Amino acid sequence: MFGDLADLYQEVILEHSQRPRHGKRLACFDASAKGDNPMCGDRVQVFVKHAPDGAIADVGFEARGCAISVASADLMAEVVRGRSAAEVKEIAGKFRALARTGHSGNPDDEALEALQPLAGVHSYPSRVKCATLAWHALLAALQGRKEASSE
Amino acid sequence: MNVMRLPKEPAAKTIADARADFPILGEKVHGVPLIYLDSAASAQKPRAVIAAMVETMERQYANVHRGLHWMSERATDAYEAARVAVARLLNAREPEEIVFVRNSTEAINLVAHSYGRGVLEPGQALLISEMEHHSNIVPWQLLRDERGTGLRVVPVTDAGELDLSAYERLLAAGPVGLVSITHMSNVLGTVTPAERIIRLAHEAGAKVLLDGSQAIVHRPVDVQALDVDFYAFTGHKLYGPTGIGVLWARRELLERMPPFLGGGEMISEVTFERSRWAPVPHKFEAGTPAIVEAIGLGAAIRYLEEIGYPAITAHEAALTEHALARLASVEGLRVLGQAQDRGGVVSFAFERIHAHDVATLLDRSGIAVRAGHHCAEPLMRRFGLDSTARASFALYTTSGEIDALADALAKVREFFH
Ligand SMILES: Cc1ncc(COP(=O)(O)O)c(C=O)c1O
Repeated sequence: MFGDLADLYQEVILEHSQRPRHGKRLACFDASAKGDNPMCGDRVQVFVKHAPDGAIADVGFEARGCAISVASADLMAEVVRGRSAAEVKEIAGKFRALARTGHSGNPDDEALEALQPLAGVHSYPSRVKCATLAWHALLAALQGRKEASSE
Repeated sequence: MNVMRLPKEPAAKTIADARADFPILGEKVHGVPLIYLDSAASAQKPRAVIAAMVETMERQYANVHRGLHWMSERATDAYEAARVAVARLLNAREPEEIVFVRNSTEAINLVAHSYGRGVLEPGQALLISEMEHHSNIVPWQLLRDERGTGLRVVPVTDAGELDLSAYERLLAAGPVGLVSITHMSNVLGTVTPAERIIRLAHEAGAKVLLDGSQAIVHRPVDVQALDVDFYAFTGHKLYGPTGIGVLWARRELLERMPPFLGGGEMISEVTFERSRWAPVPHKFEAGTPAIVEAIGLGAAIRYLEEIGYPAITAHEAALTEHALARLASVEGLRVLGQAQDRGGVVSFAFERIHAHDVATLLDRSGIAVRAGHHCAEPLMRRFGLDSTARASFALYTTSGEIDALADALAKVREFFH
């Protein structure tokens, strides 16, 4: 009945939205920021723990939102582990392109491969922000801000 | 009065015929027929409204109240005829009590500005309710922040009704200047007991503004029988165009209130020392008004008069009853509110599926619903939710469309399992 919606709500997305692995506040964290989308009321808070070398050791989040925003936050938490702030920034940029256009420009990139299930949002313009919300919050946290600026 | 003639339609239209008057309802979305259940956000337009607007622009358009030429006189007549139609709709004492504004939001802001800042006395508080649309909350907060005016909020019961005993207590808790309450909730569909609200407010010496944005679409409104003081509604929900709304107020109130916006059209004399205001309602209509849109609203009102409120109310009551029964049998679905008196608006939520996902799935079946907080965040919080999906019904809605909604919702639940 919902035909092509399987592109948007892929199994991976449903799985991550219903049973997020990182959907919790970290017991101790070094940085945290909130993001919210006043248009639809989605809210996310991201928590970051750094390793001694400054790379990301762990990311957790608390989210109230749709399946896309929760799954995206969960996939993000997985992908950014062990990466530096500079790398995260680069991935975030490519992910934004992926969400908006369906292409990331570099299909071999390992991080983006993991984010590929979210490519389907590009055909739902009103849902692109759901997918990018957690990334905005994460970037804000890495820059020492408490709140993501909306796009 | 020389009223612009509109294409004559056969008299006494039935509800069943009416659907064919709305061209957009024949459209397809995602390859399937559109099922439009978002009329509470904005209603679709019948051909009569579209035709009146096109005809105005093609044959009788000029600025109003200014030109001494034929075209301007015709446009002015048509614009003023729309005011007469609104006065008839509300059973106002006279057309001069009708102020054209852009929408309900502007109507309420006008009252907050001109009554709130110009007439309300120091020490008089404002009373609103927990089920207001943001447009009946924020203008009063602005007034409170500027003037320190007290702002009290009447709570809503678990059934989604106004808590009347709390209302009486809040009225008694100190002088109240104005009660501003919705006549029908855009989230719960609850129709508020306007007569009682007004009687109690008047006994306490307060004036009453009713936000009729939703109510007037579903129920006949008689401002004299209600004995209300201000009534606001927006044209685009009443099958009219966007950009036109109405504030009705008793003439004596309009006369006591200072202007809202200043400019052309609203003055009788201007010198650099001072200006004198035009008589009501023009005092409140600064600048070139939404001429074509007002004429479109007039056509919408004439269209509604042809069908008649009794038929509309009966049709929507049957639809709402059918919807409540069908939605109650969808597993895992919670319907908000069980008000005794309710109109054709139903909000619902699944325990574990977000309203936006529900709306996206329904959309792919051609079903348009609204999802989110419906500009009523305090009410959402009252029911412990961030968002709901909402189906709303209009005179053109069919019970088959409601069946399609219920069937699709059952499939949504399967999809997310
Ligand atoms: C109860 C209620 N009040 C006010 C409004 C505001 O209407 P508008 O946006 O046309 O000013 C709406 C509609 O959104 C409404 O449902």
